[in-house]
Amino acid sequence: MTLLGSARRLLIVSAMAYLLLKGFFLSGFATEYLQQIILYALIVIIASLGLNVIYGYTGQFSLGQAAFYGIGAYTSAYMTHVFSVGSALPFLPILLVSGIMSALIGYLIGFPILRLRDDFLAIATLGFGIFVRVFLDNSDRLIDALGGARGFVGIPRITSLDLVFPVVFILVLVTRNVIFSKYGLFWQCIKDDELASSAFGINTGRMKSMAFTYGCFLAGIAGGLYAHLYTFLHPSNFDFLKSIDFLIIVIVGGMGSITGTIMAGLVWVGFIEGLRIVLPTGLLEYRWVFIPLFLIILMFWKPYGLMANKESKLLGIDKAP
Amino acid sequence: MIALECIGLKKSFGGVLAVDDLSFSVEEHEAVGIIGPNGAGKTTVFNLITGLYRPSGGWVRFFGQDITAIDPARPAALGIARTFQNLRLFGSLSVLENVTMPILVKGGYGPLGAVLQSRRYVTAEKAARDRAMELLSLFRLAGKANLPAGSLPYGEQRRLEMSRALAASPRLLLIDEPGAGMNPKEIEGLLADIREIKKAFVLTVLIIEHQMRLVMNLSDRLVVMDFGRKIAEGAPGEIKKDRKVIQAYLGEDRDNTC
Repeated sequence: MTLLGSARRLLIVSAMAYLLLKGFFLSGFATEYLQQIILYALIVIIASLGLNVIYGYTGQFSLGQAAFYGIGAYTSAYMTHVFSVGSALPFLPILLVSGIMSALIGYLIGFPILRLRDDFLAIATLGFGIFVRVFLDNSDRLIDALGGARGFVGIPRITSLDLVFPVVFILVLVTRNVIFSKYGLFWQCIKDDELASSAFGINTGRMKSMAFTYGCFLAGIAGGLYAHLYTFLHPSNFDFLKSIDFLIIVIVGGMGSITGTIMAGLVWVGFIEGLRIVLPTGLLEYRWVFIPLFLIILMFWKPYGLMANKESKLLGIDKAP
Repeated sequence: MIALECIGLKKSFGGVLAVDDLSFSVEEHEAVGIIGPNGAGKTTVFNLITGLYRPSGGWVRFFGQDITAIDPARPAALGIARTFQNLRLFGSLSVLENVTMPILVKGGYGPLGAVLQSRRYVTAEKAARDRAMELLSLFRLAGKANLPAGSLPYGEQRRLEMSRALAASPRLLLIDEPGAGMNPKEIEGLLADIREIKKAFVLTVLIIEHQMRLVMNLSDRLVVMDFGRKIAEGAPGEIKKDRKVIQAYLGEDRDNTC
């Protein structure tokens, strides 16, 4: 296996980052609130990575990422409710199933909508997002435990650093390996020129479906972790604006860069939550004035995002001839 | 053996007949040129052969197999590769990746192999890179392997496109206007390149061009199109003197000086 060989440095750096965070969490300096934000940032990175696969690498403009995030969240919360699971180990298969659930739904709706291009696809995924939101709002009529517009309450808190960190590490590694394989290459070919990709034998329909399904899988996993971090779900957490959050992270980080998504995920969550701490109460409502300003400045400074099409040496696989 | 055969091929866009009852064939290892003025329907013929357009009538056969209205992703697997008039390179990918793509598409490993970086993955990737580098050296592009394809000057992009097409190891190569946008000196180089690869790769070639000089030099036989129809067919020497061809190219009342 060359897997460990090519990932050795990444493994070492990740282990160091983990120990640092662990120490910070145990030190007493990290309040409950701060810990939650850090874990949330890691979760957001997973979902954004999924969108980066769909949009950044394959060029399929999706505004529905939050819907798949929500499907994962509700699926996992419902399953821990039904099976009365309260600890991390039995939660792992549930987490996997919520990812698969999102992937499956993504795969199925991908059939009709991935034939659409650009803005048409954006509208279709937007529509799907609204559909999911409305469905969740009325979900208590179908299954009372889902809570509908009242929200899903009483979810056990299972998500911890020890759970999130390894999951993020594994998913980043898997994503990197796929991106640097022929599949990632075909995805990027499709983004560049779909017609030429097809003329050279790429089954564009299948490849787009594969990227979309995998991106939805990542969103589902992220949703499952999110549900068991905040222990309360509400349909409004998974609406169109949340999709925009993921989109901003992908664009700020740079389309087609895993490193960029990780950086931007941390910066974005840190920035939004940081403003909450820094700004005096009276000005808190002005957060959404500062954030767009920050985005505009960033886009002037780095129009293609922090890391457009580049990878940190830690994540890259050397492919030089 | 007949490599490619088009029989009564038709394509209409609304009321316009872009290709009208076109029949011709290409023998294995032959080089056939399709010539004709702009808008004669030459590129449409390529798009019909490769399945990008669905013919309104007629058949296409490739080594005896019916490939009429084929799925556009299939010709590559059968051994048909093409270049595009307007150079459809994968501009944001590296020069090397542009050439490894058609090699890797032929298989070698699956998704699980990619995730776990299995031995098969490593060998397939390495083999593809080695083969791609060979092709790039042949086209004097090896030194630029890691640059984005879109950053190359036009002439080099043309050569890259040719190497990408050859990476698909085709039996039939369709070349669409290789001389478009090139100056006479670049065309000389291109002529030499195409002649060389035709010999080295033992290819069957169908080439579209409207620059007479280029296509005369390259083709064993020419098919002349005008307004979607075939108006003449024959060896380059005969075509030069054909009245109808001269009319189509130069208008009436001119000598045979094209």
